[in-house]
Amino acid sequence: MSYDAKFKVWRGDADGGTLEDYTVEVNEGEVVLDIIHRLQATQTPDLAVRWNCKAGKCGSCSAEINGKPRLLCMTRMSTFTEEQTITVTPLRTFPVMRDLVTDVSFNYQKAREVQAFSPPADLQPGEYRMQQVDVERSQEFRKCIECFLCQDVCHVVRDHEDNKPAFAGPRFLMRVAELDMHPLDTADRRPAAREEHGLGMCNITKCCTEVCPEHIKITDNALIPLKERVVDRHYDPVVWLGNKIRRRGA
Amino acid sequence: MAHVPFSGGVHAPGRARIAARTLREDRWWLQPLVTFVCFSAWLLYGLVRASLQKDYFVADYGYLTPFASPCLSTSCVPGSTHFGTPFGEWPALIPFAALTLPFLLLFRLTCYYYRKAYYRSFWMSPPACAVPEAHVSYSGETRFPLIAQNLHRYFFYAAVVISLINTYDVLHAFRGKDGGFGLGLGTLILLANVVLLWCYTLGCHSCRNIIGGRLNHFSKHPLRYKAWGWVGKLNARHMTFAWITLGSLVVTDAYIALVSSGTIGDFRFIN
Amino acid sequence: MTDLERHEYDVIVIGAGGAGLRAAIEAREQGLRTAVICKSLFGKAHTVMAEGGIAASMGNANAKDNWQTHFRDTMRGGKFLNNPRMAELHAKEAPMRVWELETYGALFDRTPDGKISQRNFGGHEYPRLAHVGDRTGLELIRTLQQKIVSLQQDDHRETGDYESRLRVFAELTVTDILKGDDGAVSGAFGYWRETGGFVLFSAPAVILATGGIGKSFKVTSNSWEYTGDGHALALRAGASLINMEFIQFHPTGMVWPPSVKGILVTESVRGDGGVLRNSEDKRFMFDYVPDVFRGQYADTEEEADRWYKDPENNKRPPELLPRDEVARAINSEVKEGRGSPHGGVFLDVSTRLPAEEITRRLPSMHHQFKELADVDITAEPMEVGPTCHYVMGGVEVDADTAATSVPGLYAAGEVAGGMHGSNRLGGNSLSDLLVFGRRAGVGAAEYIAALGDSRPAIRDVDIDRSTETALAPFRDASENPYTLHSELQQKMNDLVGIIRREEEVREALEMLDGLDERAESVGVEGNRPFNPGWHLALDLRNMLAVCRCVALAALERTESRGGHTREDFPGMDPQWRGVNLICTLDDTGTVQLKRQPVPEIRQDLLELFERTELSKYLTEPELSRLDAGSAESAQGSEQS
Repeated sequence: MSYDAKFKVWRGDADGGTLEDYTVEVNEGEVVLDIIHRLQATQTPDLAVRWNCKAGKCGSCSAEINGKPRLLCMTRMSTFTEEQTITVTPLRTFPVMRDLVTDVSFNYQKAREVQAFSPPADLQPGEYRMQQVDVERSQEFRKCIECFLCQDVCHVVRDHEDNKPAFAGPRFLMRVAELDMHPLDTADRRPAAREEHGLGMCNITKCCTEVCPEHIKITDNALIPLKERVVDRHYDPVVWLGNKIRRRGA
Repeated sequence: MAHVPFSGGVHAPGRARIAARTLREDRWWLQPLVTFVCFSAWLLYGLVRASLQKDYFVADYGYLTPFASPCLSTSCVPGSTHFGTPFGEWPALIPFAALTLPFLLLFRLTCYYYRKAYYRSFWMSPPACAVPEAHVSYSGETRFPLIAQNLHRYFFYAAVVISLINTYDVLHAFRGKDGGFGLGLGTLILLANVVLLWCYTLGCHSCRNIIGGRLNHFSKHPLRYKAWGWVGKLNARHMTFAWITLGSLVVTDAYIALVSSGTIGDFRFIN
Repeated sequence: MTDLERHEYDVIVIGAGGAGLRAAIEAREQGLRTAVICKSLFGKAHTVMAEGGIAASMGNANAKDNWQTHFRDTMRGGKFLNNPRMAELHAKEAPMRVWELETYGALFDRTPDGKISQRNFGGHEYPRLAHVGDRTGLELIRTLQQKIVSLQQDDHRETGDYESRLRVFAELTVTDILKGDDGAVSGAFGYWRETGGFVLFSAPAVILATGGIGKSFKVTSNSWEYTGDGHALALRAGASLINMEFIQFHPTGMVWPPSVKGILVTESVRGDGGVLRNSEDKRFMFDYVPDVFRGQYADTEEEADRWYKDPENNKRPPELLPRDEVARAINSEVKEGRGSPHGGVFLDVSTRLPAEEITRRLPSMHHQFKELADVDITAEPMEVGPTCHYVMGGVEVDADTAATSVPGLYAAGEVAGGMHGSNRLGGNSLSDLLVFGRRAGVGAAEYIAALGDSRPAIRDVDIDRSTETALAPFRDASENPYTLHSELQQKMNDLVGIIRREEEVREALEMLDGLDERAESVGVEGNRPFNPGWHLALDLRNMLAVCRCVALAALERTESRGGHTREDFPGMDPQWRGVNLICTLDDTGTVQLKRQPVPEIRQDLLELFERTELSKYLTEPELSRLDAGSAESAQGSEQS
């Protein structure tokens, strides 16, 4: 059942690199990461690749396969024909470090900019009461394994380096949505979503949802509802008028 | 391959230097192309039909095309003015439904699904996932005019009103030649169209927010939670209904045009 | 050294899984400047793989649950070899540690009255596992990660710098713990995986939270990080390891396709109704209930099936026996020719629950099988077999402070030993991480407070030696680290795996002699930036040291208990119940093994058990001491 597959793997670093050709053995049931490991063990011992759980749970082995952002461990070789050349490159939105490894610190920076969970001050551990129906929406977003494929594919930063400072990316806008929908969070996250995290930059073209290996409905369940919540607060003339009047009255 | 300047996007400094702007090998351009062609054709059809002011009503059975509803002027064919004639003579080339069509158009223009579809296919921003977009700078929906996309919910409210009008039109279509109850293929087409329009309208993301999405404690609002669930089911198929209703509008209008112009006769079940 | 990067902290936490992050949170909250070091990216630690839940006797699902019951279950699971004080602290503190997570933002599944829902699990008398579907580990790691971020935001507000008091060093491997002249910890030495640059940390306290050793075995649920780094660092720093022979083989790992062999199938599948069948379609677990557990498990399928609905009046199904029992049972079924096509047995939930219920309760299992094996678990059974999952043994620590025998060195989580005795119950790992992670943070803070200003200094000679050792693999030598590693994995799996025999373990020790020698001439290609061959070469020496401890202890313990099964000594021997096996390095760097008594179980803790049950585990003299003690305390209570 095994055959020799043709691979093109990008080798290089920030100073440059090339797509190099390899011919590697492939066996039944294998995924692309297995092939990369076979390359390491037999042909290119110093080929750099990030991986960890090999079960689609940690989100470490993100790369681009034939131009599409994917997890190496969740891309089965059986989805390709035996004749097909498989091209593997690092993520193309973040700075490359070496070979398939990129510097994803952008994402950790953005994570820090989202105000943490803010529970009611007087609520003690053990006193939290929440209904299942109230936590389910946020639970969907907490399935996120932080593979950053959505951050990689999002054209707002992929195609426009200059947008990086102003845009948190789908993963962290989803985090804002998760906290805004949290039944016990006390903060109003809508102003920050609009002003600090760049929610308005998102034009809901849904690539984040398309690449999500956890099949989270990022656009429909997080980003659009968050946009609507921002509209509730900032673009609703009735609310706007109410605020104006109240402010004047005070 | 030609020299590509290392400036923005996938060629920004620091990123892996790969000359090809996309390495996708599948036919990623097919979907935006199909969307572009279909949307353009639909707009053209709608524009022509609405401006022609012709063959929009079948008096015998009370069929009024949604493209001319509501018809509110004295220029309208007798019987098609379900809501009276507050206006006098109507200028040529201006659609009879000029009061409602812009809102319908804006409802669809600001719809979250259509936005995705035309940003991809018309504006190529981006044409497909991991395929670079065609513009040097990008500010999304943060500035005029695109910031107006945030007004979607008001067009949703308008769309609900218009859907009610369309529904009322359908009631008129249950009529036979003698003025009593009747049922023809046209009635069923109008009915199906209006049901689909409701499915599209109520599945709107703004509707989902208003009905319940804005709540943080579903458990305290069990009825709204239920309604949110139903809207959610429609919402998950919002794209499907967006496409189906484009088709059903054309089918409905074309059928009425054909019957109205006498090209074909209506297939009658009752009366 | 020109390229040596230096940092100064109060405490260094090595490992960023559940235990490491909880320790770091505690240390920072105690006012210490804290560094967290992780081998991979922040938030990717192996804790994400935990599926089932966190065991804590909150009593939300059954109000009868309390810490005493949890303690009893833990001791039974560990066959009474647990460090009793650790088991006690763990049972008492787990609920508070779980509740704390909610204040950090965790969203557990809920009961109808809004409390944290708790599920059944093997070896736990009551539904006890707080969970989020079957991705509890992910929730735990993300919650702790976000708490760290939250603390960094506090610091940013105060000092303008996110990292002023708490910094995460991602993709950095520590190769040595350094000590001062007086033998106390002075810091740590490591390298950035990305650049290969060396880093020196000065700190009077180091908390090891590096997890386990599974990557020394071929079939394992563990990720590449699990190379026993913390165990080896502790050994080389002069601390001791206890009971390294106890390795848990999780009964249900995937067996097909080969590339995912070993990946875990959560125990919740069985907790939620999944059953094990052999190729003859028989629910074979009924034949494997050992005597010590008779009376607690159902005898018939009918009773077992009733238990899911009515656990009060029925005994639990034998599929939910402790993991070691189930793993051994599967092993014998396969050996006797009643296995599935790919050498496992069938785990079936498809005929037990409606499809939508399966996808709701076991979403990530459904996903995992669909994507990796093309199997729809709502329609067909899974094929499963034992996989190396967890090491019960580990660094010997003080129960209350998590301190090792080396001043300033602490250990928590899987890398620490004693808590779970000879076998760990499912769900007790995540709670262990939280309870002892926090205690390590407190322990380190107390130690540093007592230390005052006299912090041990790093010796230059140590830096030179560490540098030299780390660079050694860049030599023109013939041995390939990948080859050595795969030989080690294969041999450990075959010879010191789930079933052990004297000759085979001796063979393993000879094999280790050979590998030790060959490891001297491992050479790697390329340069220092992100060079996986070099990284493996450095991890290899850790695996070799740890494997030797495992093999020596496995040879020494001539009985079968929990995660140690000797085919030539199949019975459990009460004499061995009182013996811990201690592994250390001598001055020449050779591994030494010695026996040491297990800490005595306090009278009040012993009295939580029926005497008949204790008589299955304890020796006669121990039992008579117990009787004398009970008489005394009864007398005492009469008088008062």
